[in-house]
Amino acid sequence: MKKLRRTMMFCPASNPKMLFTAQIYNPDCIIFDLEDAVAYAEKDSARDLLCEALKVVDYGNIEVFARINALYTPFGETDVRELVKAGLKNIRLPMCECSEDVQKLERLIEEVEKENGIEIGTVKIQCAIETPKGVENAYEIAKASDRIVAISIGAEDFTRSLGTDRTKAGRELFYARTRVVIAASAAGVDSIDTVWADVSDMEGFTAEVRDAKNLGFSGKSCVHPSQVKEVHRIFTPTKEEIGKALEIICAAKEAEKMNLGVITVNGKMVDFPVIQKAERIVALAKGAGVYKEEE
Amino acid sequence: MIGQAGREKCDDVLVQVNIDTSEGIKVDIESKVKQLFGKQIEQSVKEVLYEMDVKNAYVTLKDEGALDFVIRARVKTAIKRAKGGVK
Amino acid sequence: MEFIENAVGRKIPKYIEGVGVLKPYRGPFATKPEGRKYAPSKAYNTPGDNKILNNIREAIEKTGLKDGMTISFHHHLREGDYILNAVVDQIAKMGIKNITICASSLNKVHEPLIEHIKNGVITGLQTSGLRGKLAKEISTKNILGSPVIFRTHGGRTRAIEAGDVKIDVAFLGASACDKMGNMNGVDGKSAFGAIGYAMVDAEYADKVVAITDNLVEYPLYPISISQTLVDYVVIMDEIGNPSLISSGATRVTKNPLELKIAENAARAIIDSGYIKNGFSFQAGSGGSALAVVKFVKEYMEENNIVGSFASGGISSYMVNMLESGLFKALFDTQTFDCEAGSSLRRNHNHIEMSASTYANPHNKGCVAHQLDIMILSATEIDVNFNVNVMTGSTGIIMGAQGGHPDTAAGAKFTVVVAPLMRKRIPIVVDEVTTVVTPGETVDIVVTERGIAINPRRTDIIEKLSKSNLPIMTIEKLKNLAESFTGIPEKPEFDEEIVGIVEYRDGTIMDVIRKVKQK
Repeated sequence: MKKLRRTMMFCPASNPKMLFTAQIYNPDCIIFDLEDAVAYAEKDSARDLLCEALKVVDYGNIEVFARINALYTPFGETDVRELVKAGLKNIRLPMCECSEDVQKLERLIEEVEKENGIEIGTVKIQCAIETPKGVENAYEIAKASDRIVAISIGAEDFTRSLGTDRTKAGRELFYARTRVVIAASAAGVDSIDTVWADVSDMEGFTAEVRDAKNLGFSGKSCVHPSQVKEVHRIFTPTKEEIGKALEIICAAKEAEKMNLGVITVNGKMVDFPVIQKAERIVALAKGAGVYKEEE
Repeated sequence: MIGQAGREKCDDVLVQVNIDTSEGIKVDIESKVKQLFGKQIEQSVKEVLYEMDVKNAYVTLKDEGALDFVIRARVKTAIKRAKGGVK
Repeated sequence: MEFIENAVGRKIPKYIEGVGVLKPYRGPFATKPEGRKYAPSKAYNTPGDNKILNNIREAIEKTGLKDGMTISFHHHLREGDYILNAVVDQIAKMGIKNITICASSLNKVHEPLIEHIKNGVITGLQTSGLRGKLAKEISTKNILGSPVIFRTHGGRTRAIEAGDVKIDVAFLGASACDKMGNMNGVDGKSAFGAIGYAMVDAEYADKVVAITDNLVEYPLYPISISQTLVDYVVIMDEIGNPSLISSGATRVTKNPLELKIAENAARAIIDSGYIKNGFSFQAGSGGSALAVVKFVKEYMEENNIVGSFASGGISSYMVNMLESGLFKALFDTQTFDCEAGSSLRRNHNHIEMSASTYANPHNKGCVAHQLDIMILSATEIDVNFNVNVMTGSTGIIMGAQGGHPDTAAGAKFTVVVAPLMRKRIPIVVDEVTTVVTPGETVDIVVTERGIAINPRRTDIIEKLSKSNLPIMTIEKLKNLAESFTGIPEKPEFDEEIVGIVEYRDGTIMDVIRKVKQK
């Protein structure tokens, strides 16, 4: 089953408690942050904490990312070397602007994998697009490496680079967000929507999550367990949606057996994209635990 | 040289490592869970010192119930800071 | 000393000097009492009797309080209580010694007892629990010199009614009282709500002294404890500190960990099928417990379910449910906050109950035995589902039995909610430091990372097998805890017994020994 990435929960790697409690809230992915959440003076201690945690803490089926410091900082390279050695399987690369940024990381990862006897290709990459140049190069970035599993939009840095502010209506972000969704889809990777920082405004968050889902995002960044719960609720298909999706998949299987070309379900034409969507709905339903395949 | 890491906060530990000694390893632990985990904490500290090839050190810990991996990480960082090669 | 092993595998001394013969625990309902109840001395009253005394000293003199007697107090004033300290101070000043205190519970505010114990004024303690410095002194230094008898709320009333403990003088705090001793806890500046713990003492103590800071015109109404039981009335300036007696309206926690535990518990309860029209419910007052109530409330509202009663330990949250029509009635033995207190005053279906009505297994019917669902907390739980709420993992006393064993035995579905670990200390262990509530009365344990069902409950195992809750064996839950914390060293104890954990029926569940000091 394709890995669901509905929620990307951010936790500072410098917080000892979060390193062993984040998984309680069952996000699909966790990002332990070594970058913006950690002060310069503590970059080393946060890295050591995360390394030790990775060696012993069981995160179950949750995909664990580390947001490393950018490779042009004094910390980035050491982050990669020590974390991959400690067992990190996924890296979030901040400030991706072009395919060369990704390839530079890829070369470093491969070197570290070789040094440590890790199978080449084990470590995956998530590219954070946080500047106008990054948005322009979104598709190029998304295709830059086989290791890429997702690209995400980082609204704070993006609006700052543009020289504008984030508004509730979000028009200033609309193009960047949809551009990232489309680039990801075209490249066959996931797209992750930006962070909603105001944890107390659940209403505003819910509206943005619905919007993200409608735009086609695979998932949403979260900064609090209550947000994780809410995203999963919104991304969980209703009984009706699941029913319809199963009908479509069933009909498609039948059609394949009988070698039919185009099929209709309930009077509507069903072609490949429709079947794909139905499969995604069932995958979401399985991931949310509201549907179990009968044997 | 003295290196310090961590904080005197819930689930964390404040570690101070002084590598300017020549009397072997000495570990002082202050912890609310000293009766329950004191031996294990000392063992972990010694293991990290060994891994990082430190033969002489005076280590003090002010522990607030940190888990083992946190203690190891803090000792590691403190040793690196004491050695002066902080990145 | 000779020992006998009880039904939870703990070794109980057959006899303790100064305490007497001890009976080992044999099962939650194994004891059927025989004979008649104890009764206090007959009384006598004439017209024109004056019960009002000027001060506590007079009360001590008039009641004939002497060396070696037993006196009683109650904890409905919680950390705001002034009464116990005032009375014991006066007893000490008058040179009286060797007094046994039979309290419904003791709080941190009662720390001054340490000095009185060291001076020989107080030589016996019977209580639901001990906290703070007093608890530590007894745990580590055995300052009392004889074991503290710890009883459950139900067990205390049983013991008093049976004459196991004979109270010579009961001191009852009342926030409103008239000249004849009619009293309640709902009126007055020091209002505290239900006076449930004091009711049994009023009926069975030889002498009963009402202490109030609010003398009202005769007759007081409503009457919680009747003038027919009261010998004297003493007026104090203040019986307690109002800001510590009652808290503000109770709020549900926002802590994500507590909410996660509560979510797991609520889902398990819902899947168990116990929430249906006419069901009854009680929850302890910990952070997760109240959050469970919130989720249950939401489920009831979504599904139009009306319960029969909720009991406790009542807070404003429960009152809210009563007034929204989600429950038909509330049974209240202790009222935690001001809003709940005013509900007791004005709502006929908010019923005050004595601690005996609440939890005594040796009367003709207690409320705890009518419960469907009970939510409890724990300091430790072991692989046999035994629960500890009295001692920490270092062996130091720091809690109370309360109504924990009573409600666990009485409820059809007993749910223990707790975090898997607190700081580095695992909550699920091989053997609890002290057994308070026996495992056979505990049905499921819910933590943030896993749920364990008592193997006895095959019906619950069946019902929850279809849910996608993180169900695992209790051993697996224990291993999970230890995978984070490591396995702690066990505390070391001396031979001296500093506490006896008496089960609700008078048998002994466990003993607490003095913690070895290094």
